[in-house]
Amino acid sequence: MAGPGGIWLEWIGEGPMDQEVLERVRRQVEGAFALPTRLTAVNGPPGETLDAKRGQHSSTRILRWILTGIPRSAEKVLGITDVDLFIPVLTFVFGEAQVGGSAAVVSTARLRLTYDDRPAPRDLVEGRLVKECLHELGHTFGLVHCPEVACVMSRSNSVLDVDQKRAALCRDCRQRLEDLMEERDRS
Amino acid sequence: MKPKGSILVVDDEEVVRESLASWLEEDGYRVDTAPDGPSALAKLAERAYAILLVDLKMPGMDGLEVLAKTRLMQPDASVIIMTAYATVDTAVQAMKQGAYDYLVKPFEPEELSLMVGKLTNAQALQQENVLLRKALKRQCEFKDMLSKSPKMEAVFELARTAAKSNSTVLILGDSGTGKEVLARAIHAESPRKDGPFVGVSCAALTESLLESELFGHEKGAFTGATGSARGKFEIAARGTLFLDEIGDISPKLQLDLLRVLDAKEFRRVGGTQLIKTDVRIIAATNRDLKKLVESGTFREDLYYRLNVIPVTLPPLRERKEDIPLLVEHFLAQLRVEMQKPLEGVCTEALEMLMAHDWPGNVRELRNVLERGAVLARGPILSPLELDLAPPAAPGGAPAETPESLREAERRHILATLKQHKWNITRSAKALGIDRVTLYNKIKRYQIREGE
Repeated sequence: MAGPGGIWLEWIGEGPMDQEVLERVRRQVEGAFALPTRLTAVNGPPGETLDAKRGQHSSTRILRWILTGIPRSAEKVLGITDVDLFIPVLTFVFGEAQVGGSAAVVSTARLRLTYDDRPAPRDLVEGRLVKECLHELGHTFGLVHCPEVACVMSRSNSVLDVDQKRAALCRDCRQRLEDLMEERDRS
Repeated sequence: MKPKGSILVVDDEEVVRESLASWLEEDGYRVDTAPDGPSALAKLAERAYAILLVDLKMPGMDGLEVLAKTRLMQPDASVIIMTAYATVDTAVQAMKQGAYDYLVKPFEPEELSLMVGKLTNAQALQQENVLLRKALKRQCEFKDMLSKSPKMEAVFELARTAAKSNSTVLILGDSGTGKEVLARAIHAESPRKDGPFVGVSCAALTESLLESELFGHEKGAFTGATGSARGKFEIAARGTLFLDEIGDISPKLQLDLLRVLDAKEFRRVGGTQLIKTDVRIIAATNRDLKKLVESGTFREDLYYRLNVIPVTLPPLRERKEDIPLLVEHFLAQLRVEMQKPLEGVCTEALEMLMAHDWPGNVRELRNVLERGAVLARGPILSPLELDLAPPAAPGGAPAETPESLREAERRHILATLKQHKWNITRSAKALGIDRVTLYNKIKRYQIREGE
């Protein structure tokens, strides 16, 4: 159970939630940030975030929507969805987060595919999802992109990039996260 | 963490501003947004921006107008024009007006990442270049000689004072440290600058030839002396006589020289008439004259005659901070001599030059650069083109040059990728490494498709 200051992982997909996979993601997130993490499902994504012309959902609008309903006991809410996300100037995004804020969103749409657009194996998808969840949540704690390719905070522009990362912060980012957590505890 | 530059996003659509700002903030940039041209100009008046991302079509003031105003207000800022209407005309117009590039919406995340990354890298380099140039400016000069080393500054100071006098100067230093260049500089700064500078290498000639070279000869003085000739002492009248490699002259010539220095007059070989001298002597040697005196090879009295103002030039390995300065100086000379657009050496090459021990000193550096300039295929010299002999590793085995290996590895990877049409899996297999390793190498070496 997530108490005050916890992380909420919210399934806001069109399809059903893969409870088994998301439970494993939850455990990894909890371990990485050492904060109580809970898994919930809400009806989503909201219709107003869809751009009918592009057939994709606006990640920025989803963030706004998440922010309107942050539960009192949650410090961070990460929406996880199966719809493809975009920001207006880009063809797609894997996710979006408020740097140093409360909300983030991650999409599995592109993570489910191999480099040549075939369905990827389930454990690969799960591994990628863990990385992207850690990445976007890292942003909400104030971390920015890391130049270290293997660090989970390095920018991913393709699944190839995601696959190069480890599901962990590099030493510098871990230190930075600790500093940020300390600052957060003081304030 | 080093703070990154500021970016201004100018777009009339709120969601574009918000999402782009959020995307760039994740990279650690400080991002401001403006909904229209006038607000953008107000922001430009308040803060310096590294990059502006400007929408082309906006009501009122359009992107091209914002671009034009930005060029005036902040010429160092790079402007990227974003457009949903990709026409060659507008793109050309934007580029003509000084836009860095333009992006057609929607663009691939990779495209934006690369462009912004490339720009910030280029700006960082430019800034570094400005700082380096500023550092270079803090150099001292003595005619053709440049340095920023405190040791050389002291040498220049001494040489400048010596130049004003008429005293004999003894320049000491290893081969290639620039003894003749310093001698010429002293001459050029001296009251004798309008007289001749005459140099003679004492080690290059036999005793009798050197004697005749220095003092001249009369007709019939020796076999083959069909006419009389003036020697360097006469030719250098009212100027400077530079006696290089003075440590190598024979005992007889040492005595002759001592007499000239004492009496300020001499006779030509085979001559009877005394000729008055009016020269300023600058002698130089790479040998330890004091030791030669101790061993009895060099006359002590001559040593003291010459050693009036001793100036010691340090070897290049003791003033390595001068290497970038000297590289720039020599490349500027070679650019003119060879009519080649030489701009500099790459970072790896400079690191290599800095690591070298330079037994041949500044002369060796110039030779290495000259050879590199001949081989250079572009304006920036690479480690391969400089082809510097690796310093001997402990134990006598030649050391590896990691720079060269890296260069070779990068080239080999690029060739393999091209051969396999950038299929990562097949290329990795051909290279005998796994896909992840290859991918990491591609990123590390910044290998791009289409190179």
